[in-house]
Amino acid sequence: MIESFYIAWKYVTYNKLKTVILIACITLIAFLPLGLQRLLTESEQQLLSRAVSTPLIVGAKGSALDLVMNTLYFGDEVPELISMADSQALMDSDLALPVPVYVRFRARGHAIVGTTLDYFDFRSLKVAEGRGLAVLGDCVVGATVAKRLGLAPGDSLISSPDNLFDLAGVYPLKMRVAGVLEKAHTSDDLAIFVDLKTVWVIEGLGHGHEDITKTQDSTVILRRTETNVVANAKLEQYTEITEANLDSFHFHGNTSHYPISAVIALPRDAKAGTILRGRYLSTDAINQIARPKDVIDELLQNIFRIKNVLDAVIGLVGLATVLAVILVFALSLRLRQREISTIFKLGCSRMTIARLLAAEIFIIVLISGVLSLAMMAVLSQFANDLVRALFIR
Amino acid sequence: MKVMARLWFLAVMILGLAAIAMPEDDVSGKLTIYVVNYPLQYFAQRIAEAHATVAFPAPPDVDPAFWNPGVEVIAEYQRADLIILNGANYAKWIDKVTLPQSKLVDTSASFKDQYIPLANRVTHTHGPGGDHAHTGVASTTWLDFHLAAEQARAIADAMSRKRPALRDIFESNYKALEDDLLRLDRDLKAIVVSNMHEPLVASHPVYQYFARRYGLDIKSVHWEPNEVPTDEQWLELQAILREHPARWMIWEGAPEPESAATLKSLGINSEVFIPQGNTPAPGNFLTVMRQNADRLRLVFSK
Repeated sequence: MIESFYIAWKYVTYNKLKTVILIACITLIAFLPLGLQRLLTESEQQLLSRAVSTPLIVGAKGSALDLVMNTLYFGDEVPELISMADSQALMDSDLALPVPVYVRFRARGHAIVGTTLDYFDFRSLKVAEGRGLAVLGDCVVGATVAKRLGLAPGDSLISSPDNLFDLAGVYPLKMRVAGVLEKAHTSDDLAIFVDLKTVWVIEGLGHGHEDITKTQDSTVILRRTETNVVANAKLEQYTEITEANLDSFHFHGNTSHYPISAVIALPRDAKAGTILRGRYLSTDAINQIARPKDVIDELLQNIFRIKNVLDAVIGLVGLATVLAVILVFALSLRLRQREISTIFKLGCSRMTIARLLAAEIFIIVLISGVLSLAMMAVLSQFANDLVRALFIR
Repeated sequence: MKVMARLWFLAVMILGLAAIAMPEDDVSGKLTIYVVNYPLQYFAQRIAEAHATVAFPAPPDVDPAFWNPGVEVIAEYQRADLIILNGANYAKWIDKVTLPQSKLVDTSASFKDQYIPLANRVTHTHGPGGDHAHTGVASTTWLDFHLAAEQARAIADAMSRKRPALRDIFESNYKALEDDLLRLDRDLKAIVVSNMHEPLVASHPVYQYFARRYGLDIKSVHWEPNEVPTDEQWLELQAILREHPARWMIWEGAPEPESAATLKSLGINSEVFIPQGNTPAPGNFLTVMRQNADRLRLVFSK
């Protein structure tokens, strides 16, 4: 038996190209469905775990999927905005604790998540380095963001312009990295957290500048009357919030009308949650309330329908590959007629030849199996990050 | 039998250890409350008695309305069970720091429609936002003792939500505080009623709610008790006096003797009514306000 494996090993190592092609075909056919299944299981787990842990989300009427993906996974699609008054209304209802969230702006490719400190308690996010949010302009970055961008407490991070073509738009804000969060293995690792007020400064709803009612620089004043001072574009607005200019930052108008993208509602109990959901059922309601689990379940059903199609395609390709492998072995038997007749002449039986061929197939399948397992191990290692990079973002 | 006894012993030990390991019950422990001014600290402490530690970390020599806490103090506020705010734009630092929304209690939210807009504001315009003003509303709400009672009501309600088991104690303490505040309210009305239309000048624009509640005719300058007014400030006062012949100036604190003497030469007497935004050296909110009321008797006696 050992001799058969020895001769088969010599054969497969001599015919390198043929062996490599066969191993690659079998490895891929074994790995593809397994790998796809692993990624789908991981994405299902990730999507569901975050969805299940988030009871309710209130947002503007429209796509519930956009609302949930933006709120839970900080997706690029920004739902219609609602206002802080909607969050306050939830608080006043005494049915749920509202956690307002504003996910619209980005910095170096990562979502800036404007929220309140209650979000950190709700998600059990802990600061690994530095401190939490304290002052306007502070940001706390997720573990992956810190690693990718090489950020540490004390560094700064500049928000990306909302629209490159809006030359007269809002200046980017230079944020101070106050802390880095512990790795949570969720989308929070990929986010930059700031206070809601800081997002409103990024949006231009709040800003800081010198007091133009007291300024001595007449070149910034366009017109001055007893009740109004009009400044021109020369008036410098601060692009960084420092201890020296913090007092000059201010918000215009009523902040209860300021925008947010959603409110995570944490009902006091199941009954309160049901009552709350009932309040948004009316056709007159301008907002919707979504149960993330229901929305994600629906999304997963669609994903699994696509997965069934993919499985069928992979099955057909696999069948074709197996047939091709059989053909390769059948053809190689013909090509090896002289070699086989030599083996006969040396006194070997037909059984020995069958053992030699079986050993060759076994070696190739074994190597393919080991490679597939190794690739699965690598995939499993990175499945968490890969799913977030490929599917959830 | 021995086995059963051992099992019972084991069970009791495990329960005992579990009880030690369990964190303190969230709804029965002593509350930690942070406030933004002294009147709120007084109200909160009176309502909670020993069931809460009420902290007001501003240094005693600053005006809490314009105080800016450091990062460490902000962290203390963040860790509190309740953060009691005055509302009405008081303590502007609140808008520039991160505090947990679920712990904030705006004690004047129920009477937002009664805020007094500040007069003489200058708007300014730049960018696409149009006119806007940086001044807002008057913030010393507690000098209207009726509103002060409403603020205390908001504090009692917030405490009861946090500690439902102590609701009766909080309610009873609130009622006692409300009685004191409303008695003060009635006393002040009785003091001013004899000479309500007496024109007054205030050294600082902090008496808006006080003036509205008790129907007083007060105009304000912007003087500090510990500083002698400049010539410009005297001219400003004289301009006011031409249309508003006041015989009394109400000060936030004891004025400099030189200021009081110059006022006297203009026929204006000085009297002190301390708003008491910060912690009083001796006494408490009620004793200070009663002293204020006693001093006003002289002003309103014909």
